[in-house]
Amino acid sequence: MHADFKAVADHALLVIFADSISPEAHAAVVALDKVMAANPPDGVIETVPALVNLLVSFDPVATDHDAIETAVRNRLKGLQTGRVAGVQRSVQICYEGEFAPDLDAVARATGLSTDAVINAHLAGDFQVLMYGFSPGYAYLSGVSGHIQVPRKPAPVRDVPAGSVVIAGPQCLVTTLTMPTGWSIIGRSPTRILTGDPSHPFLFDVGDRVTFERIDLAGFMRLSKQGDT
Amino acid sequence: MSDATFSVQFAGPLVTVQDGGRPGNMRFGVAASGAMDPLAFAAANAALGNAPDVAAIEVSLGGLVLHCTGGAVTIALTGGDFIVNHADQKRTSWTTLTVRKGEKLSIRAGKAGSWAYLAFCGALQTEDWLNSQATHAPSGFGGGALHSGQTLKIADAELRDDRLGDIDRPDFISDGPIRVVTGPQDQHFASEALTRFLSDPFQVTDAYDRMGMRLKGPELHLNDALSIPSEPIIRGSVQVSGDGVPTVLFADHQTTGGYPKIASVISIDTGRLAQFRAGRMFGFSALTSGTAIEEVRRFTARKKRYLAKIAVARGTLEQRLMSENLIHGCIYE
Repeated sequence: MHADFKAVADHALLVIFADSISPEAHAAVVALDKVMAANPPDGVIETVPALVNLLVSFDPVATDHDAIETAVRNRLKGLQTGRVAGVQRSVQICYEGEFAPDLDAVARATGLSTDAVINAHLAGDFQVLMYGFSPGYAYLSGVSGHIQVPRKPAPVRDVPAGSVVIAGPQCLVTTLTMPTGWSIIGRSPTRILTGDPSHPFLFDVGDRVTFERIDLAGFMRLSKQGDT
Repeated sequence: MSDATFSVQFAGPLVTVQDGGRPGNMRFGVAASGAMDPLAFAAANAALGNAPDVAAIEVSLGGLVLHCTGGAVTIALTGGDFIVNHADQKRTSWTTLTVRKGEKLSIRAGKAGSWAYLAFCGALQTEDWLNSQATHAPSGFGGGALHSGQTLKIADAELRDDRLGDIDRPDFISDGPIRVVTGPQDQHFASEALTRFLSDPFQVTDAYDRMGMRLKGPELHLNDALSIPSEPIIRGSVQVSGDGVPTVLFADHQTTGGYPKIASVISIDTGRLAQFRAGRMFGFSALTSGTAIEEVRRFTARKKRYLAKIAVARGTLEQRLMSENLIHGCIYE
């Protein structure tokens, strides 16, 4: 498996698999990330998987860029980067009323009925690509081509936490009240920030995600459970 | 030992609880946070004999006024040259003193520096998140931002007469250009842009918070309109937006982003840069990654010796007078 290496300041190395996004490059990122976690080189503090590259952050007093590059090259030899068998996670979503302010606009933009938009979203083959932007913001790939819409020209403020938003091929479940230019198509009671100290984030990069439709009553019930 | 309590009479924006930070969570979108100036923060704890990463208060240019409502506690103040007023007496920063019930402590911006650290001889009681009290300012997770009317509790507060007095400032901080390792996207910039980045002066703008510092200077043109896939960011990344304007990312940075990075500030210079204020002019200089590591190792060794030195209690007033007498060989009547 070929990779390029770039020093980042005194304490990190960027392992680059490709210049543009592809499923193969991301599969290589996830595969290397798992090998690094299973067999961490001396001095490594953390690894950060992204779309086409993996950042390896290290203690510059304990090791250096050359030693980390050698360790990564050794782990890349014979690395299997087929479809990553990520854990399957499920996320509940309610597409009703005020929870889905952009559902009609997505339907108009794609020439579908709102039911067809919902069904296309539920049929998506979602995978966690990376986290970013804010704590717990997990970017999911796999939005069906039938409902891919561009970002809005201007972000909307104060979008509530738990909003399920889409833009292009990506989907995410927000964790904080934030502005977003993505289309808001539903609300989830599922906590990405779980509050469980032993497993504080619901997903790992590479996990598979299925959305499960719930109605408003189901949403209220699950939200209450989440609060206790 | 007992508790000390403070009422927050005033807290400016971005006055937050910080500790050694929560590294290891960038993969989940969580920057390490922690002090903007890690050396000054560690010095405040060391001067009290605390462990280096114990939670303290990071005071912004907005300032902080506390009223001690119960007990007493010895505190340390380090960081920028802030103006300290304790029980109606003006003090300089880089000092330790004891605050008692009924006394007021105010810390406000002085002639230089953007961040001051207030550490306590005791345990500052706050919320924590992912095993750290460090505040992630954009989300408010962790110990949190201070606000007027709030009560602060210091558990196991101690009075340490043997630690009172001025704290030696570190004398090994570079005052030259801010040092960077170029890249990881330096090859995408026009060669003139990289040359100007390393030779022209930049100015700190007031678009500066715990996430990042926007700079004013020459436009840094890309060779062509570049769209890079979002990739990991570190504290110190110098990202350049489409209009050619650089922003240096700090403690509460986003963990991934799609702006190309012309360079990354080396770890030991991020705290120095963080103390600069809006309007300050400075330059960047490039090191190879190997030289950067040598510099960091040298700095780290000096930092360790320095913190160990200021962590030694100097004794009570009586003990200090005794030792002075012995050193100078004369007796004060």
